[in-house]
Amino acid sequence: MTGLPLLSIAIWLPIVGGLLVLATGADRNAGLARPLALVVAVAGFLVTLPLYTGFDHATSAMQFVERAPWIPRFNINYLLGVDGISVLFILLNSFITPLVVLAGWKVIGEKVAQYMASFLIMSGLMNGIFSSLDAVLFYVFFEASLIPMYLIIGIWGGPNRVYAAFKFFLYTLLGSLLMLIALIYLFFQSGFSFNLLDWHALKISLTTQIYLFLAFLVAFAVKVPMWPVHTWLPDAHVEAPTGGSVVLAAIMLKLGAYGFLRFSLPIAPDASRELAWLMIALSLTAVVYIGFVALVQADMKKLIAYSSISHMGFVTLGFFIFNSLGMEGALVQMISHGFISGAMFLCVGVLYDRMHSRQIADYGGVVNTMPKFAALFLFFAMANSGLPATSGFVGEFMVILGAVKFNFWVGFAAAITLILGAAYTLWMIKRVVFGAVANHHVAELTDIDAREFAVLGLLALCVLGMGLYPLPFTEVMHASVDNLLKHVAVPKL
Amino acid sequence: MINFVMPDLYPASAEIFILVMACVLLLVDLFAGSGRRWLVYLLTQLTLAGCFGITLATLDGQSVTTFSNMFVDDLFADFLKLVLYPTVAVMLVYSRQYLAARNLDKGEFFVLVLFATLGMMVMISASHFLTIYLGLEMLALSLYALVAIDRDSARATEAAMKYFVLGAMASGLLLYGISMVYGAVGSLEIAEVGQRIALGGGNKTVLVFGLVFVVAGLAFKLGVVPFHMWIPDVYHGAPTAVTLFIGSAPKLAAFAIAMRVLVTGLAELAEHWQVMLMILSALSIALGNLAAIAQTNLKRMLAYSAISHMGFMLLGLLAGIVGGDPRFALNAYSSAMFYVIAYVLMSLGSFGMILLLSRAGFEAENIEDFKGLNKRSPWFAAIMMILMFSMAGVPFFVGFFAKFAVLQAVVAAKQIWLAVFAVMFSLVGAFYYLRVVKVMYFDAPTDSASIEAPRDMRLLLSVNGLAVAVLGLLPEGVLEYSIYASYAFLVGQ
Repeated sequence: MTGLPLLSIAIWLPIVGGLLVLATGADRNAGLARPLALVVAVAGFLVTLPLYTGFDHATSAMQFVERAPWIPRFNINYLLGVDGISVLFILLNSFITPLVVLAGWKVIGEKVAQYMASFLIMSGLMNGIFSSLDAVLFYVFFEASLIPMYLIIGIWGGPNRVYAAFKFFLYTLLGSLLMLIALIYLFFQSGFSFNLLDWHALKISLTTQIYLFLAFLVAFAVKVPMWPVHTWLPDAHVEAPTGGSVVLAAIMLKLGAYGFLRFSLPIAPDASRELAWLMIALSLTAVVYIGFVALVQADMKKLIAYSSISHMGFVTLGFFIFNSLGMEGALVQMISHGFISGAMFLCVGVLYDRMHSRQIADYGGVVNTMPKFAALFLFFAMANSGLPATSGFVGEFMVILGAVKFNFWVGFAAAITLILGAAYTLWMIKRVVFGAVANHHVAELTDIDAREFAVLGLLALCVLGMGLYPLPFTEVMHASVDNLLKHVAVPKL
Repeated sequence: MINFVMPDLYPASAEIFILVMACVLLLVDLFAGSGRRWLVYLLTQLTLAGCFGITLATLDGQSVTTFSNMFVDDLFADFLKLVLYPTVAVMLVYSRQYLAARNLDKGEFFVLVLFATLGMMVMISASHFLTIYLGLEMLALSLYALVAIDRDSARATEAAMKYFVLGAMASGLLLYGISMVYGAVGSLEIAEVGQRIALGGGNKTVLVFGLVFVVAGLAFKLGVVPFHMWIPDVYHGAPTAVTLFIGSAPKLAAFAIAMRVLVTGLAELAEHWQVMLMILSALSIALGNLAAIAQTNLKRMLAYSAISHMGFMLLGLLAGIVGGDPRFALNAYSSAMFYVIAYVLMSLGSFGMILLLSRAGFEAENIEDFKGLNKRSPWFAAIMMILMFSMAGVPFFVGFFAKFAVLQAVVAAKQIWLAVFAVMFSLVGAFYYLRVVKVMYFDAPTDSASIEAPRDMRLLLSVNGLAVAVLGLLPEGVLEYSIYASYAFLVGQ
């Protein structure tokens, strides 16, 4: 283990780099902004690698801890640390960022520096969210990350981008403001501490726990998003530029789920168990009902957005059945969904860049003109519907096993997703990729170039690798998940 | 024969200096003529710098009263004055070009500003109800004239008229309330009033009756609902330079007199004025934020936003004494003070931006006028964005910590539902701040005129915006500053 403050570097390198990119200024310097952004993004990924290689699998304690007083007035500390639950998301986030930079390489012709800088800064902020162990620090990163996303959707988005940007911002802010009150309340309850680990040990009465749980629920349910507060997501996805959709699906949605693990479950375990029925019901509704909604979408991005909601329902289901299979499955599903949904949005982006349409009806027979692309798209679609040997299968299978252990009918309902997921994804593929060439636009399509191939190929390798050999992922989280489950099982009234 | 004792002038040296300088300026202006207006401007700035120096030099942490206990020089007053002078100085820098372009930069403007500043200094240092009244009237009369200084503008004249009539009525209310208090306890010295009430002196009914009028008078000066009617019209009607003045420095003075009157003088009636403040602040937060949404004029929007911000600040004031227990007083009052300072900083910057974009014959006062600012000047668009997000209370900007500080004081006072109410309306508030960002970043510019402003203004405005960001990252200094001041206040009373 090195003595470097790795987590701080993971947070601030992209942010400072983003500001540097911003300083390149006007679009005449775009030739400088793009490579600089890529260098920063790749460097940002490389510095997170020691977090994985130096990670001690045997312990559930926080690692790479950094502590410095930030605002002594309120006992707020700059307290960072990762455990088996959070470390993978920092890696995932840092891995996705260079891909996003590459994906926007050519398409973004306007305000390039601002575009690249927004993504880099957001990447740093999200690393901050995953590594904060101080509640206010977490909150500050959590809310600050809304700003770049708001700008990304609003500046580079589609025709209805203003509506989507506002909806995204206000919806998420609604949740987080209630959480802020809960955090302040806990500050006083815990004798003036914002340290999350102190809060985990705090004894709280059941009624209070339920209030706290509900406050956290609003914040994180919006972010996940869970049914019925999911409606911002399809709008945001459809209007956001490709890069925005990728980050949104791959990382931002995970913040909500991560919040459940870091706040709701350990701080209010009794309320979590008390309200598990509610969470399971909402999750299953997302899995099944939203699956049907995805089936009828005519817009590819919307379809993938609904598919994301449905998959995230799986994640929250896995958390609230309280066994290690379910929880680890849910975490694997989160990582895998990061790869797959990111890749799916990139695929739609590839098509959109060429045709400027996301409507399924405008396509048909893409395989004839873009064979390389079609192969990759099909592969990701298979992974999205949970094909064995892809990462999509591992997580879903673990969660379903866990759910059956918990209650057969819950497991049964969850398993419906395997059918539904395959139905909506593959039906979309059938209509877009296969068949005869639909119109002269499709006939004029050119296949993906080396840059696009590299981006998608890399993701395909990840999906395949994780599907064939998930151990490197699960062994990291094992100790922390066990510890969390043990913690949740003990009443803390 | 009256035995005349020469009062100790030392504690009031800054006030005496500014008074002398204001009179000197009147003469200088007479001889300088229109060709040498810079001289008056320069002398005004030097006067403020001199005041700053004097206050700093006489800073000794002692609470000294003079003029037969009518005037107090304590750390609380000094600290507020040290914020006051720079605020006025910055306002003068921002206004200079605007005034010159409209031929308003006559000597009277500067003299009136100095007299208003003197009024505020007297308010801040008042330890006697009559001194408060004296300072208040000095400030108000100067402001009435300042609002009407552009005498050819019907809108400004109307605003001045409205301000004058309502202001006179509020002064009447305040005086009436003061006379009731005097009738009940037989003293006008604030500390003496507090002591006599604490010893059971005074008829409670009469006192509470008087309190209602005092609070109403204060509420008018702070501009909180339902005594807010003058705010939008005056902010809108006054020349923007004057709006900037009204919208910044007087909030500090109003905060000071609210503290002196309510906490030092009428603390025993806390249970009564707390309820009044609660109603006032809840109404202000609700109405201010809701009405701001409907505005298309930025000055009016900021006026309603000022109403809601003052309501938020009152939350801090009312949280100081919990059921007669002053344990949280320091926490609450220092939070309120921090809020005021943060608000003044943001308010200066936002009105400064309007002044920046205005030019001869053109007032950039509509939200539409900020369209596409990101194209015209990415730097100042970013500054405005920082200011707007800060006003909305989004981290990492100082506005977040201002809200945070007040909210934690409210939660500490066990008024959780009040805190929830306040944050819910902050969400509403976020909408209209976001709209300004939207206009700047998402819309195409309609105005292509380049931004011409003197270098000192550009520099100072940039510093102002960056200060909002830097204080958001490192708020500890200003928090400590507020604590020192509030501590001195509580010890001194």
